[in-house]
Amino acid sequence: MGMTMTQKILAKHAGKEVCAPGDLIEEKLDLLLGNDITTPPAIDIFEKNSFGKVFDTEKIVLVPDHFAPNKDIKSAEQCKRMRDFARSQNIKYYYEQGQEGMGVEHVILPDNGLVLPGFAVIGADSHTCTYGALGAFSTGVGSTDLACAMAAGSTWFRVPEAIRVELKGKPGPYVSGKDIILYLIGSIGVDGALYRSLEFTGEGVAELSMADRLTICNMAIECGAKNGIFPVDEKTVAYLDPRVEGGYKQAPDWLFPDPDAVYEKTITIDLSKVSPMVSFPHLPSNTHAVGTFGKIKIDQVVIGSCTNGRLEDMQKAAAVLKGRHVAEGIRAIILPGSQRVYKQCLTEGLLEIFVDSGCVVSAPTCGPCLGGHMGVLAKGEKCVSTTNRNFVGRMGHKESEVYLAGVEVAAASAVMGYIASPAELG
Amino acid sequence: MKFSGKVIKYGDNVDTDVIIPARYLNTSVKEELAAHCMEDLDPDFSKKVEPGDIIVAGSNFGCGSSREHAPVAIKASGISCVIAPSFARIFYRNSINTGLAILECPKAFEGISDGDKIEVDTDSGEIRDLTNGKVFKASAFPGFIEKIIRSDGLVGYTKTKLQ
Repeated sequence: MGMTMTQKILAKHAGKEVCAPGDLIEEKLDLLLGNDITTPPAIDIFEKNSFGKVFDTEKIVLVPDHFAPNKDIKSAEQCKRMRDFARSQNIKYYYEQGQEGMGVEHVILPDNGLVLPGFAVIGADSHTCTYGALGAFSTGVGSTDLACAMAAGSTWFRVPEAIRVELKGKPGPYVSGKDIILYLIGSIGVDGALYRSLEFTGEGVAELSMADRLTICNMAIECGAKNGIFPVDEKTVAYLDPRVEGGYKQAPDWLFPDPDAVYEKTITIDLSKVSPMVSFPHLPSNTHAVGTFGKIKIDQVVIGSCTNGRLEDMQKAAAVLKGRHVAEGIRAIILPGSQRVYKQCLTEGLLEIFVDSGCVVSAPTCGPCLGGHMGVLAKGEKCVSTTNRNFVGRMGHKESEVYLAGVEVAAASAVMGYIASPAELG
Repeated sequence: MKFSGKVIKYGDNVDTDVIIPARYLNTSVKEELAAHCMEDLDPDFSKKVEPGDIIVAGSNFGCGSSREHAPVAIKASGISCVIAPSFARIFYRNSINTGLAILECPKAFEGISDGDKIEVDTDSGEIRDLTNGKVFKASAFPGFIEKIIRSDGLVGYTKTKLQ
């Protein structure tokens, strides 16, 4: 029986020729990730059980990004706990706030060239599935899994069944990776891919930028998937080459799905038929195409996060906001996803556009996405956000509402004061 | 393990943000987490929950974030077991790893009402509703998961692996 890309990576890291859905395997890991929320409990477990030294000081990445810059004393203590651990364990990839390479975890790991095609990666953060865009197997776990893997360098997995997502056609205007993944989640539901791998394929892949692919894989978890994965093509290699130490010229020759790989089902998406999408409260699957609903007045817009905080996202936001102004009474908050993206925004003049148009520009942080800081919502407020979840109370008060959208819809909504298409701006 | 208690029932897609809102994740002290467990979904939860009580919920329980604080908060609140037709995969792993008993059983969700008194035997997978007399059978854990549970969770299993 042939294997999917995910199954091939899992077999390789388990030291096996083949593996099949349902197999429970012990997997050697190439990279582990933790943040300031999930790492402190992992450190507690690591130290309480006298695990000693981490298995490899160069394969663990620790990023204080959720409640950092520290939002309160307790958050400061959590960040300090992680910083002290990183120092005492001599962790190479600990990213201090503000310093080179720092930012939101799932923005910086790909951008810093730390994830390669064929890698097996776990992260104590559910959006670790982002790195499937680079042809890696990558998935989220909890703090206990992280603690044990930091000690052993391996973890267990159940080999997942696969769903093939065949992409064809070309996306139309204002349609990005965000709209495509919201469309998919809307079609199959928030548990439509539960425990499965989502294997993206088809001629439409070539039409998608790396930023689009990263956004799509980032939200694979929002339909329950274990991971999402894209094939490696010229765009992947061109993305990695300048980022990876020593360059990157070619993916491993085994890293492709077998022609007779087994998929539980195939979902075909014609990219030319996807419209800009919005997920209404309180599930990412509650999708509506822009233009199919009446005026929904908003209070706040957030542009950024591990889903949409990359340079390409900032450029799209600036293209909409240039020469325009945020509507009266609306707070628009823009969070470049990393120090590098922030600096690129500076050199390309995007920051000036944001400030002139009446936006708050924040340091890179996950803050508002999870109701932490830098844009928490009051009772009854509505927010259009380029983040990834719109659950009850996600961004603040339990009676606030989050509408998920792509960058251009979010920026247009900031200008209009209600959920709007960029096409409405004229 | 055998548990008995009253049922607190919820619907589909109970997410980790309502199980323990992120605004409380500036701590991992389990008692503090338990005090805010379920508060955005069911503000009375911490008042009405009694030791041993059992959550029966709809599909995809625990969807959302990877925060292990979610099963920790549920367990620390006194809940002995969660029964649902399906669990989100990270929550499933985290529950096994932190020792929160979970059982997959689609029929139990249909047949058990809020407030019923039930008994659960996690070894046999039998769920007995003492209020209406119905009996349900949960799916068995895969052998490997049982091995982790028997090794006193993943930490115990890892210690064996490291030796």
